Amino acid sequence: MSIKVRYFASLKERVGRAEDQVEFTMNVTVSDIWQQVNQDKALPENILAAVNMEYVGFDHAVNDGDEVAFFPPVTGG
Amino acid sequence: MIVKIVSESFDPWQEIQAFQHSAQAMRGKVGATSVFVGTMRDFNEGDAIKGMTLEHYPGMTEKQLCNIITAVMEKWQVIDVLVVHRVGDIFPDDPIVLVAVWSSHRGDAFDSSRSIMEALKSKAPFWKKEILASDDQRWVDKNSDGYLKKD
Repeated sequence: MSIKVRYFASLKERVGRAEDQVEFTMNVTVSDIWQQVNQDKALPENILAAVNMEYVGFDHAVNDGDEVAFFPPVTGG
Repeated sequence: MIVKIVSESFDPWQEIQAFQHSAQAMRGKVGATSVFVGTMRDFNEGDAIKGMTLEHYPGMTEKQLCNIITAVMEKWQVIDVLVVHRVGDIFPDDPIVLVAVWSSHRGDAFDSSRSIMEALKSKAPFWKKEILASDDQRWVDKNSDGYLKKD
């Protein structure tokens, strides 16, 4: 299955990319995806995750075609 | 309900007037309008700030704001809601956010607008990067609780 991974704000600068396109042959969670695409880096503290633009926990199962996003705490308003 | 993300400077008072004039359903029903406008300060965390850039997650921002407003409209008796939020390059005194709520009674207006604003602060995916007077840049890592701290 094909998953689009996006990064925002300080995390985007830290990983050095705005997005990744990844392929998996087995079932994966949000946490698995971070591990796969950022093997050399531990997940920074306080990072939030969203799947298809809704907040999820890191154990959330991801499906083919999902958009997964990782970002730091939000600071709007 | 209208949610607008804008990349150019906006006038919150014009936005409110235009919205009221076009909302026929509110005629005769509104007894209370609560308005919150957030503007940019020229100081933060003890430093002079000369500008900032607001990044957002297009699509998720609108989705989360609509979720927030829908939840608030289920909890309080609200007639209509307008939220406008800036993105892009912002300078001191520029409006950043407008939350306006129209309802029949003040309790619903006050409580729902506060609730929208607090939820926006914790759930709407916007991120601020400040430009200091020295030209150094830094990401704002978290929002304050909204009160000036006493020493």
